[in-house]
Amino acid sequence: MREKLVEFKNVSFRYGEEQPWVLKDCSFEIYQNEAAAIIGHNGSGKSTIAKLMNGLLFPQEGEIIINGRQLTQESIWEIRKDVGMVFQNPDNQFVGTTVQDDVAFGMENRGIERDEMVKRIDNTLKAVSMDSYRLTEPHKLSGGQKQRVAIASVLAIFPQVLILDEATAMLDPRGRRDIMKTVTNVQEERNLSLITITHDLQEVVQAERVIVMNNGEIWDEAVPREIFAKKAELREIGLDIPFIATLSDELRHAGVTITNEALSHEELLEELWTSHSTT
Amino acid sequence: MNNMLIIGQYVPGNSLVHRLDPRTKMTVIFFFVFIVFLANTVISYSVLTAFALASMITTRIPIRFILKGLTPVWFLIGFTFILHLIVTNQGTVLVDIFGFSIYSGAIIQGFAISMRFFLLILVTSLLTLTTTPIEITDGIEDMLHPLKKIRFPVHELALMMSISLRFIPTLMQETEKISRAQASRGVDFRTGPLKERMKAVVPLLVPLFVSAFKRAEELAMAMEARGYQGGEGRTKLRELKLEKRDLLIFLLFILTTAALFFTRSY
Repeated sequence: MREKLVEFKNVSFRYGEEQPWVLKDCSFEIYQNEAAAIIGHNGSGKSTIAKLMNGLLFPQEGEIIINGRQLTQESIWEIRKDVGMVFQNPDNQFVGTTVQDDVAFGMENRGIERDEMVKRIDNTLKAVSMDSYRLTEPHKLSGGQKQRVAIASVLAIFPQVLILDEATAMLDPRGRRDIMKTVTNVQEERNLSLITITHDLQEVVQAERVIVMNNGEIWDEAVPREIFAKKAELREIGLDIPFIATLSDELRHAGVTITNEALSHEELLEELWTSHSTT
Repeated sequence: MNNMLIIGQYVPGNSLVHRLDPRTKMTVIFFFVFIVFLANTVISYSVLTAFALASMITTRIPIRFILKGLTPVWFLIGFTFILHLIVTNQGTVLVDIFGFSIYSGAIIQGFAISMRFFLLILVTSLLTLTTTPIEITDGIEDMLHPLKKIRFPVHELALMMSISLRFIPTLMQETEKISRAQASRGVDFRTGPLKERMKAVVPLLVPLFVSAFKRAEELAMAMEARGYQGGEGRTKLRELKLEKRDLLIFLLFILTTAALFFTRSY
């Protein structure tokens, strides 16, 4: 059993006294080195979960424990060292006037020595393959490049958890692929827990475990394959079904026997040609 | 507009002036602005002009570029000169045009004041031509540091300046995007009477402000998530270091000032 890194215990949250509950009695755990995904339609409470994890918001009920520390006003600065976050809009989280200044920002906040900063800037920019852009200004970078810099600046403070809060939502398909590849690489390299928050089912394929949110409640928690099998229900709670899943469904309706739920083009192809070769 | 006025425009380069510490440049220019007003003889003006021209040449920025960039300022200098011709009535009358007497004192005064004006503008524009805005910000932050004792928010001011600088291009791009979007909906920015064109700016500014506020909010959240909690206990990546060349320039400037004091009349 891996160690628990993030733990939500009966957490409820609303923005104000009169407002409706955004999260209702949510409990779940994220483990060390785990790649988890939280998925849900707009307003399902998934981004609120992200903000609760590093103390940008505080729950009204329940408790949140991160790396053995309970989240309180006093512990947020320690907790923010462990929890790194990449947000949706590439422009609105770029603080520095150049790439290296931006990577330095988080380290400057934590009072890290200059020599150490320079070293870490080198390493992290290499990890996201942005090392040739050190002195570039943000308006000369593409959205995907900016997001990679954002990932680098989070990595520079050695977090335990990396949260991607819809980090690819504003990118083109290529930028999205780049980011997902970068993230998978650094997760393996650095033994991070990764929490991908998204409304796109395609992005949960690589996750080990998926938490599906609906109207502030945890609707389901399972491996991607099981989640993909519940197409009709997913559609009902407002999620888009990936093309491959729809296609295999249609094929099944047309009388093709498909035993395994396919998650990608390759898997479906594999499924199809093997099933034909046996008959 | 952009190529008309060069004040505030950085020209990349690697000259001695470019590499100077921003604090050196700002200090020298600060005092230069004062001592310009002390000059009152031909030689003392020459001393200052020599210093200014020497700095200008050392920047290796094409002189034509600098002079052309000062075009709007030429008008002001010319205007100052003419104003002094008319107003001053010292010395002997040189010419009489339509009842206006031009005095010898007026010509001297006109030259002196225009020269001061020219020197001031030349030297201050050299600062922004050779120093990136962020270097200037760092320099200001460092020099204002003593004010922290009286609770002046030096760090916050510097951070505000650097964030504004970082967002200028972003907001410019956004303005362009919005103006295209509005133009495609039929808003006319270019023709029509002035009043109509002023009105056309409203649908440009409103969305720009809305998005700027949204950006600010998200940026604040991202900064907090990255552990920003004010200037206390912060370290800095960008470091300012005084080198030998900075001392050299200070020395040169002190010599220039001394020369000025010797050559001016009391």
